[in-house]
Amino acid sequence: MSCCSEEISQEMWKEVDSVIERHRDTPGALITVLREAQNVVGWFPQVLIEYIAKGMNIPASDVFGVVSFYSLFSLKPKGRNSIKVCTGTACYVKGAREVIGRISGEFGIAEGETTEDRRFDLEGVRCVGACGLAPAMVVDGDVHGDVTADSVLKILEKYS
Amino acid sequence: MTHVTPQRLKEMRQEHAARISEPNIRHLFICGGTGCHATGSLKVKDALHEEIAKHGLKDSVRIVETGCNGFCALGPLMVVHPDNVFYQKMTRDDVAEIVSEHLVNNNPIERLMYKDPQSKKRVPLFSDIPFFALQKPWTLRNKGIINPESIEDYIGRDGYMGLSKVLREMQPSDIIDEMKVAGIRGRGGAGFPTGMKWSFAAQNDSDTKYVLCNADEGDPGAFMDRSILEADPHAVLEGMTIAARAINATEGYIYCRSEYPLAIKRVQIAIDQAREMGLLGENIMGTGFSFDIFIYQGAGAFVCGEETALMRSIEGKRGMPIPRPPFPAAQGLWKKPTVLNNVETLANVAQIMVNGGKWYSSVGTENSKGTKVFALSGDVNNIGLVEVPMGTSLRTIVYDIGGGIPKKRKLKAVQLGGPSGGCIPEEHMDVVVDYEEIAKVGAIMGSGGVIVMDDKTCMVDMARFFLEFIQEESCGKCTPCREGTRRQLEILERICEGHGKPEDISLIKELSEMITSSALCGLGQTASNPVLSVLRHFREEFEAHIFEKKCPAKRCPALVEFKVIDERCKKCGKCASVCPVGAVEWKKKEVAKINTELCVQCMSCYSACPFDAID
Repeated sequence: MSCCSEEISQEMWKEVDSVIERHRDTPGALITVLREAQNVVGWFPQVLIEYIAKGMNIPASDVFGVVSFYSLFSLKPKGRNSIKVCTGTACYVKGAREVIGRISGEFGIAEGETTEDRRFDLEGVRCVGACGLAPAMVVDGDVHGDVTADSVLKILEKYS
Repeated sequence: MTHVTPQRLKEMRQEHAARISEPNIRHLFICGGTGCHATGSLKVKDALHEEIAKHGLKDSVRIVETGCNGFCALGPLMVVHPDNVFYQKMTRDDVAEIVSEHLVNNNPIERLMYKDPQSKKRVPLFSDIPFFALQKPWTLRNKGIINPESIEDYIGRDGYMGLSKVLREMQPSDIIDEMKVAGIRGRGGAGFPTGMKWSFAAQNDSDTKYVLCNADEGDPGAFMDRSILEADPHAVLEGMTIAARAINATEGYIYCRSEYPLAIKRVQIAIDQAREMGLLGENIMGTGFSFDIFIYQGAGAFVCGEETALMRSIEGKRGMPIPRPPFPAAQGLWKKPTVLNNVETLANVAQIMVNGGKWYSSVGTENSKGTKVFALSGDVNNIGLVEVPMGTSLRTIVYDIGGGIPKKRKLKAVQLGGPSGGCIPEEHMDVVVDYEEIAKVGAIMGSGGVIVMDDKTCMVDMARFFLEFIQEESCGKCTPCREGTRRQLEILERICEGHGKPEDISLIKELSEMITSSALCGLGQTASNPVLSVLRHFREEFEAHIFEKKCPAKRCPALVEFKVIDERCKKCGKCASVCPVGAVEWKKKEVAKINTELCVQCMSCYSACPFDAID
């Protein structure tokens, strides 16, 4: 099985194998396996879903059901840098909508989309729990607080 | 592995107390919560280390990175002990001065101290700042003064004394009785009495039972669970272990959002430390009682905060709720008896065991005991975590502790309880924090997000916002929630876009009744609360949107046409400089004009104008 996909390299397959190996016998480990597999591959092409299903001995439809249910998992390839704008209530009250609007306008992507050059993907996420910094934005894990529709593009310049 | 003995615990507590009160030694408690990390507290900490070494103060100054201090908006922040001085918004550049002036010359630096938003005066001492002085930190008793990655620090603050007492001096039924005397109710939102919940699970016989900690905290605007896990993870582990002893459970899971990486990291460190000392795992403290805890990372689904859905998620399935009964106390995770408690509830347990249920119930109102932690945010000066006794009024929280509304604006409403809660208008600000009293004004205690909204907030838009959230997060299993909330959202979107119809209000109400009475789980049953509370308290705003096609707060772009009020315009040009589409025409010394053809109603000019000259 470990061939025939442009998206997944030999090394990635090996890592996926070891993820499955580690958790195969733990009941209820599917979500953990999916999380770790996504860390390796970045998203879930169909071939990966089928592979995990076989490895965990779970019907592929069940695996797909779980992947599509949780917002952490992606069925589309991701950009190099992930922009997550918090749309929790505090951030919304303080202007998160305008921030998303500015990013969308500048890069021509709507929420949930990736730029054509795969530089960014833009997501509106629910409360990141940093309400003191509202409106907050997380780029590749770095939390930026008090962002405004004006300051946001400057912050993003640093991420190529 | 050697098990720690009660004697050794007491010695460690004394050693820590001696360490912290050594004369001639200063402790710098620098905040290492998520908020302060984001504003650069780690860089400040590194610079402090360097500068202290440079001045040869290594033996007389200790730096302690603590968990969230609670005053999140002012980070990075630091408290100097024993001087009791509080510094806010520090940068690397301030560090040299702090060390040479304050630590060497004993001259605290005024410009870094807290500034009172009303009097504009600096407040030198930590204990004089109203934000802290008016709180009662019980659940958050260790925030800002211990290193969350050190079990010794926790033990130094009475840590694991509750567990030690429970294992040696109490029967499981005594533990449950003590919880009942304390009168503590679940802090996850619904407020079910914790002692009673435990007693149900204790009654069911099974070889395997589970204790679960709900750290999913999906409520937008709530971050107390995150802060507790980041600042005091051992308190949660100790609470879970005591719960396990009460119901005779063998295994526990902390179900934590994957969006909280720092909390997950610190809890894992705490679990490893507790196992190492024999406070978790096989044969705890040599008493023959065994219990272990594992972290289970969520994958981003709000509905997984609902107990039956959370259990399905741990089983590796879609996190969908199932009808009750059977209740989890009889058939929970893997169909075994299970107790699920919120982080905040569990963080109180050890203290109740140490000080007794009576001590706990001496604070609060008749039916709501103890303290409650709120995450105060939105349009309020002092944003952060606030812990107050039950029975404190919302007005005290917003004005005295929160320091009021910024920019001299007016308070419009306080949103309480997240998507299952409601908006409380200014005239009900004297309502006190109590499960029943809050419900009377159309909100719920919920997990404790308090979002303050000033007069620039459109309440219809807020109702739409919460419905959008519910619609996105509905698991889709039951029709009332999946379809009903969608139809409600469509109606509200239509109203915000200026196509509201007179019959819409009654239609929303009718749908709400139907959804509330027929949805499968708490998410659907409470989904209509935000809309209903806005209809109850802000009906005139709904009517303005529908009948006059106007948004009084100017938040709904389709109903707003911006123009400059000539007599107020001070010709500063700020509006023109922020407009992203060049719709503002302005020349030096001339009144600005807005070209409505080009305007995209982005609000930039409206927010930027310091003189309220754009309407």
